[in-house]
Amino acid sequence: MSNWIDDRFPATKVWEEHFSKYFAPKNFNFWYYFGGIAVVVLVLQILTGIFLTMHYKPDAQLAFASVEHIMRDVPGGWFIRYMHSTGASLFFVVVYMHMFRGLLYGSFKGPRELVWIIGMVIFVALMAEAFMGYLLPWGNMSYWGAQVIISLFGAIPIIGDGLSEWIRGDFVVSDATLNRFFAFHVILLPLLLALLVYLHIVALHKVGSNNPDGIDVKKHKDENGKPLDAIPFHPYYTVKDMFGLSVFFMLFFGIVFFVPEFGGWFLEKDNFTPANILQTPPDIVPLWYFTPFYSILRAVTWEWLPGGAKLWGVLAMGLSLAMLFLLPWLDRAKVRSIRYRGYMYKTALTIFVIAFVILGYLGTKHPAHIDLFIFENVIWAQVCMVLYFLFFLLMPWYTSRDTSKAEPDRVTG
Amino acid sequence: MSNASLDDGRRRFLTVVTSGVGLVGCAALAVPFVSSMAPSARAKAAGAPVEVDISQLELGQMLTIEWRGKPVWIVNRTADMLQGLDDLVDELSDPTSEQPQQPVYATNEYRSIRPEILVVVGICTHLGCAPTKKFELGAASGVSKDWKGGFYCPCHGSLFDLAGRVYRNVPAPTNLEVPPYSYIGENQILVGVDPQEESKDV
Repeated sequence: MSNWIDDRFPATKVWEEHFSKYFAPKNFNFWYYFGGIAVVVLVLQILTGIFLTMHYKPDAQLAFASVEHIMRDVPGGWFIRYMHSTGASLFFVVVYMHMFRGLLYGSFKGPRELVWIIGMVIFVALMAEAFMGYLLPWGNMSYWGAQVIISLFGAIPIIGDGLSEWIRGDFVVSDATLNRFFAFHVILLPLLLALLVYLHIVALHKVGSNNPDGIDVKKHKDENGKPLDAIPFHPYYTVKDMFGLSVFFMLFFGIVFFVPEFGGWFLEKDNFTPANILQTPPDIVPLWYFTPFYSILRAVTWEWLPGGAKLWGVLAMGLSLAMLFLLPWLDRAKVRSIRYRGYMYKTALTIFVIAFVILGYLGTKHPAHIDLFIFENVIWAQVCMVLYFLFFLLMPWYTSRDTSKAEPDRVTG
Repeated sequence: MSNASLDDGRRRFLTVVTSGVGLVGCAALAVPFVSSMAPSARAKAAGAPVEVDISQLELGQMLTIEWRGKPVWIVNRTADMLQGLDDLVDELSDPTSEQPQQPVYATNEYRSIRPEILVVVGICTHLGCAPTKKFELGAASGVSKDWKGGFYCPCHGSLFDLAGRVYRNVPAPTNLEVPPYSYIGENQILVGVDPQEESKDV
């Protein structure tokens, strides 16, 4: 039977190349759980999404009620929806951890530049997917969040107004907008994400996984050509990932069953009232995973900039993402892993993470209030924005001057 | 066929030409898809004018109606409110309505046809939120100690006065938009239609 298939389709070959004979470094630690978890969460989002689609109505008159119908009338509907909403937030937790792992161990450095770039495209596609999905319940926060973000495109000179009308398909966010966001959310972006994840893994398996030591495990091989410091992905890492997944799912279902709204962080309270085109919610905030970038958008308040502060805020937000794409070429260090880097990169990374977290916190607060010390939030956001950009812009300078330690010849475990 | 008979120049030319024609074809195919996302004929038609009766609108009160899916405010301003507009000039970014945010017949110090009746689109010119009315004066408004009444946008803190004029040093770049509107009776406003020639002279 297996011969019959293998003569017609490379089933065994693919299995061996990517699982049973795919050699991964033997020293993977905690940080290496998140890639696999992200794949499982994507599958779970698609699965729960399909079943939500069976009951949801992408119509401005019916959408809000159809979500309530799912919550109250559909058997197990609340469970499927809470898995989907919790999955969305935890997807970002997992992806942020996965990206931070890259920063820790230099996984973005050559020869893995394309793995990183494809990963960044996945991140941007995921943000679009989450943003469009957030409009679908047609709550008041859905509506005004979409209104604000689509209006950002209006800041682009000349074509801006026409472009935002084209995105909305109307002069304000309306039924037309809801319907197209539904199409993008359930067809275009999931297909794109599936394709991108496939490319991410193909690119990874071409160059092989990095590891916490950041050294090349293919340098030392036994007489059969098998790397000495690597083990087959299956069964070793499939079993390890299953352990990680079970811990993840304990957290996941803990949230689904006990705190599905997560205190307003996963489902905002203003979204439990239907969209009202005459009344903006008193505190309009995006969901937590967008707030660092939203903070950067709001931090640019300098009206004297040519073209106005609004345009530069949008540019700054775009640039903050673009910087991440450039990472492989900004980093001039000779070693990959933080274990062997000098104090400069360690300090820079620490400041970057703190600035990113503060930006995220400030994005949930009113800019004119004082929620940290002494200064208004907008001043803190401006300081953190500058630190965020300095991490990247000064990187070629400090990574080429940093004093790195000698890398070991073999992995250290 | 031997390689010697290959005409490389001819082959390159054909490759470029066929790829070029293919690309033009793809671009042409994209046109109907891209244009299908523009506002539909129905969305454009929904810009139909809205008739409003303001006979019940008392002094100092505000009425919100929907026009083209946007909130439009109609405020019956008191004499005090109108007088206060003069004091603000230094705090506003465009006090004399230089920017084309209103029809010519509303380009005056009250930004309205009848001084007391303000008609304005209730969409913040920053990122399109609906500001909230803050008609109380001073600290009671929750805006500031010397607040003279107007509108406050909850999204990013933009401030507008009782003529929809934007304050300095807030994110919103321009005054609130005054829609085309006209009076079709003593207390009937038609939002979305400019006044007829004869009524313009009134």
